[in-house]
Formats: sequence, structure tokens, C-alpha cells
Amino acid sequence: MDELDRVLVLAGGLSAEREVSLRSGHRVRDALAEAGIDAVVADADAELLVQLRADPPSAVFPVIHGASGEDGAIREVLGLVGTPYVGSVASACQMAFDKPTANALVAAAGVTTPQSVTLPRETFHDLGAAAMIDLIIARLGLPLYIKPSRGGSALGAGPVLTTADLPAALLSCFAYGDIALIERFIPGTEVTVGVIDLGDGPQALPAVEIVAGEGGYDYAARYTAGKTEFYVPARLPGEVAAEVARIAVATHSVLGLRDLSRTDLIVDETGTVYFLEANVSPGMTETSTLPMALEASGHSFGNTCVRLLQLAAARGA
Amino acid sequence: MTTEEQPASQRQRVDPYVGQYAERAVGMVASEIRALFAVAARPEIISLAGGSPFVSALRLDAVGDMIGQLIAEHGEVALQYCTAQGDAGLRERICDVMALEQIRAHPDEILVTVGSQQALDLLTRIFIDPGDVILAEAPSYVGALGAFASYQATVVHVAMDDDGLIPEALEEAIRRTAADGRRAKFLYTVPNFHNPAGVTLAAARRHRILEICQRAGLLVVEDNPYGLLGFDGEPPRALRADDDHSVVYLGTFSKTFAAGVRVGWAVAPTAIRDKLILAAESAVLCHSSFSQLTVREYLTTQPWLEQIKDFRELYRERRDATLSALETMMPPGCHWTRPGGGFFVWLKLPDGVNAKAMLPRAISSRVAYVPGTGFYADGSGGQYARLCYSLPSPDRIREGVRRLASVIETEIQLRDDFGPTPGTR
Repeated sequence: MDELDRVLVLAGGLSAEREVSLRSGHRVRDALAEAGIDAVVADADAELLVQLRADPPSAVFPVIHGASGEDGAIREVLGLVGTPYVGSVASACQMAFDKPTANALVAAAGVTTPQSVTLPRETFHDLGAAAMIDLIIARLGLPLYIKPSRGGSALGAGPVLTTADLPAALLSCFAYGDIALIERFIPGTEVTVGVIDLGDGPQALPAVEIVAGEGGYDYAARYTAGKTEFYVPARLPGEVAAEVARIAVATHSVLGLRDLSRTDLIVDETGTVYFLEANVSPGMTETSTLPMALEASGHSFGNTCVRLLQLAAARGA
Repeated sequence: MTTEEQPASQRQRVDPYVGQYAERAVGMVASEIRALFAVAARPEIISLAGGSPFVSALRLDAVGDMIGQLIAEHGEVALQYCTAQGDAGLRERICDVMALEQIRAHPDEILVTVGSQQALDLLTRIFIDPGDVILAEAPSYVGALGAFASYQATVVHVAMDDDGLIPEALEEAIRRTAADGRRAKFLYTVPNFHNPAGVTLAAARRHRILEICQRAGLLVVEDNPYGLLGFDGEPPRALRADDDHSVVYLGTFSKTFAAGVRVGWAVAPTAIRDKLILAAESAVLCHSSFSQLTVREYLTTQPWLEQIKDFRELYRERRDATLSALETMMPPGCHWTRPGGGFFVWLKLPDGVNAKAMLPRAISSRVAYVPGTGFYADGSGGQYARLCYSLPSPDRIREGVRRLASVIETEIQLRDDFGPTPGTR
């Protein structure tokens, strides 16, 4: 089925990434409209089920970031209603969204991941934070990178350069979630690789290199136009470029992802590529890297969205 | 893929003008806090953040009829340009409103503005060069701080207590500023039912504050959005009522009628008023005739004093619900102000707990507030939160405070485990 009567772009949600998601959603909607598709943006709220039942769309394009959008919940709901949708199924989202789980799965497939520990805040409370911090530093050393085990846009995430900085970093992390993923910080070139499957298998898009200014690639750096420089394709030697592409496709396959994904990686000075995380609902804003990579590879953003929706509609619920 | 097959890398910065912005725009970046407020606007969240009036309490049918009639009868004026100073008829009505706070003003002294926010912008524009000092209460209204920052003012905060601005602290701030070789250009104050602190400048202090400012040759900018929304007795006497030479008074209909009409005003000494009019002309040419005539008609044909009484009763009930819920549910170590009017309670969190760091957890628990850091020019105030009770029903307020109390309990545990959050002092 190639005809799309009407499509729903799901955006918003109740996570801290709501604003970003709305921007992504409106950008997708506008691109679809430009391609001649009747598309509306809807939020994941009490109206959604009524809307899906009263006027079933040909397919849904979910661009809700953060919890409920990326943890599989909303896709589970779409499955229950019987609405076709773009992107990964709920069970794959659950694995990808939980960073320690995703780390373990891609590591088992032979991809290098930073040495890490995953600890809930209760453990610090029950066993004593000071002793736990000593243990972590003794085992992983410094510097570290702390992030909530679930979530995105670098919210609650940040580097730790000294032992004294670790408690504050954990506090920031626990503000966004009760489990911290504590990784060895890998200095190097930060790249992100989109993967897209337009019906002939997952293909890596050109890697996008991220050069953040002072303060790193934090929330402000991600969503303030001009604060970060991007290089497309990333300035990597050919064999490393091929390796990051291979790892992104491998991640997509190992986690059982579908249609589109984005994998964040670090290339250290020896050329070793480390997996950082995978995203099942990549940002689609004007500062987001996936649309940049699509454009660099000659794909029209709007036509790609249309094709993904056509595939979803043809696939059915 | 080999090196030879790699296409040339393109540098992309999304914003090609990144090197061309003015220095004052450097701090204008995306922020996590704004992202969280985008969630707070959802109905699923009990928002004690806002600061918006409860416009549903207006007699909306009557206002609708009034606007219909306004267009039918005066459409050619309401839909046309007007003078930069504002509609003369509205300025006459504004004099009636200010009389409730003992201000005797002539319509010629008034400039109509786009809310009082535009008056703040214009005042800062005509008085402040980069680095000039403005004295302001600690904490101070976030919108004013934003206007001051946009003209690169240096804000020196002056301490308050439960009776508002402390005269001795003001004297000390003036002395310290002078000792630094600088002179403050004006004192910015919200004397009644302060935003965000909820306190009111005691009557006994008002003369003293004016006296100190007169002696120092310091202009006073009196911002009074909430003066008519007191819960007990008559509205407090305005500073402007006792000094029309050195006080610029800012008023607004945002809280007593409707924030959406965006009508405020400034009353200023003649020379300042003339400059404000010229500045307004260059900023917006003229203010919306439609909005001005809507307010004029509202004040002429609708029972606006009755409406203000209704607002007071409504907000008093919500203030009571807030204070009683805080009393019952807040963990030890929390302290808060007890406003006699207006919209806000200023909550001090237990030592070592940071309201800004706590906000994501609060949003996850579906309650929102404004962290105190927004109300200090230097970003301090992390131990405080502003709670606004104007919008949620008393039941929602109680539930919101219950959720907030639970979030604070968790933060206390985190503080005990990891030590105080940086920035709580």
C-alpha cells in the first residue's frame, strides 16, 4: 500500500524532552505536508485513544522523546489499538531505552563499551554514599561520565573530573531518574550515526561529528542553534568511518530496532570505537543530527518520512 | 568504504550568524528549566509555577458582548492606530483606578504600555547604559530582571524581611555602590504582595524608604500589579501617593481584569514621561487601540470593582488552602511567607536542598513550581521556590503540596546521602 490517507505525528509527552519532541513533531508534520500528506500532530494524552478510534490514521509517526515515547509504552498502546506505526516495536524500545541493558546487549555482540557500573540511589543510601563513591573511583578511576539509566538530551548527565565532583553529579543524575549509569569517560571524537531502513535493510547514514564548545554537548549545546559545530560526514579516516557505520547497523540489528535509529559513539585517539547509547526516537529538530545526515546522504527529509509511513502502513499493526 | 570514497566533510553550525549577535544575546540559550516548564503547562501536572490570573472568574459573556458592541460602535477607532501615549479616555479611567491607592494623577502624566513589562523595558532603555546599577529587592521579579539583563544592567539586590524591603539594607546598598565608584540609577520595588516573596512593605517603612531615596537622589520604580488584590482591609497606600517627583509608578490590568489584553501603564514625572513616550514610539509606534478601548469600555460599562472583590475572595480561598496544606504536610526545615494578598508564597527549603536541582523530580511527580534562582540576578536563591496559588482549585493545591512534600522528603534523603546540593546558599 503506497497511499496514505492521513497520518498522525505523535509528539509531546510528559518527559523533560517534551519541548524538543514538539519541535521534532512539527518539523515532521511540515515536511509531510510539503510532500502532500495530510498530517496532524497529536499529543499522548487522554484524547489520543478517542482520536485513534474515531478517525484511524493510515499510520502513526511517533516522535515522543524520553519516557513513554522511547520506553516502548506508547508503541505498546498503538499495538493494542491496532494502529500501524513507524519505528521499533515496544520490546526493542524497552531494551534500547534502558542504557545498561543496551550496553550489555551490544557488548555481547562484540562492540566495545566504556567500563561502567549501574547503581540505584537506594544502594548509595543503604550502603553509604561515601564508601560507594570510594569504591567506584577505585574501580573505574577518573574521569567518569554519569547519566540516568533512562532518558535523553543529556538531561541529568555530565562528566566528573574529580572525586569531589561525583556527589553533585550523582545528585543531578538522580533528579531525572533513580538509577545511575556510571561510565569511564572516554575522551575522543563524538559521533552519531543514523540508521535507516527504507525496505531494503538497515543502512548507516553518514556519521555526524559533534564538536561542542565549552561545557560539552549538554542540553543548551544540543538545542541552541549555533552553539555546537557539526561535521558531516565526520572527519574520520575511511576505515574508522566504515567501523562506526558497521557498529551503528550492528546496534540496530542486535537491539531488534526497526525503520530508524541513531547510535551515539566515541572514537578514542587509538581509533577504538565505543558505544554510548542508541535512540529509537531520534530528534528531528532543526539542530538534530539525523535530518542533517539524511540531507548529506541525498535523502529528502520529507520523502524519507513519507516512505517510512508507507512501509508502516503496508506492514499493518 | 575507503578514505578515497569519503566525500568532503561539511562544517555545519545550523546558525550561520552565530558570530554576529550582540553581546547581550550571548546568554540567550536553550535551558533545561524552560524545557521542564513546557511540561508544567500540561493539565496532568499540578502547576504552582505559573503566575497567571484566574480569568475564568470573569463574566466572560458580558465581556464578549461588550467587545462586540465596542467594534460595532467604535470599530473605526478600535481598529486604527492611536497616539504613542495611549487613549485619552483610558488614561482618565486609569486615574480612577489609581485613586483607590491614594494616587492623584492627571491623565497627561500617564503612558499606556503593553503590560507593565513594556514600561520596565522602556524605563531601562532610557536610564541604563551597560554596567549601570539598579537596586532591586532580594528576591526580585523575574520579568524585571530579564528586562534589566537585556540592557546589561548590574543588579544589586537589597535584603527583605517579612515587612518588605529593609531600609537599613537599602542605605547600605546605596553606600556600597557609591563606595565602588558607581551610582545606582533607580530602585526597583514591588511593595505590595511581592512577586515572588509574597510580603508587603510595612506602612511604617514606606516614608523611610522614600526619604532614603530622596536623600540619595535615587529614582524609585514602584511596580504594583497586585495592590488591589489584598485580602484584608483597604489597598495599601502607594509610594507614588506620597512622592510624585521621584517615583515612577507602574500598573497593569493583567491581574485585575485580563492578562491577555496586555494593557499596563506608567505614571512618571513629566521629563521622564516625555522620554518614555518617545521610546515607546520607537519601540511599537503605538500600543493596540483595540486592547486599550476594550479596557476603557470594561472600566466604563462593567462592574469592575465587584470583579476585583470576586478575585480577592477567590485568591484568599486559594491562599488559605496553600498555607493550611503547607502547615500540615511540609517536612521540618521548610519555612514560608504568609501573603496578605496577591498570588505567591515564597518557600524556603531545608538546608542543603536545591529547588532548581529538585525540579525534574517534581515534574516527574507531576507538580511544578518556580525555583528561586530565577529571582536573583546572580542565580543564587537555590534554596527557595515560588509557589503560585492563583490558578489551581483548592483541592488541586492540596494535592500539589502533598506531592511537593514527598519530593522534598526524597531530596532530604539525597542530601543526607550525598551532602548539600551546590548552590543552596
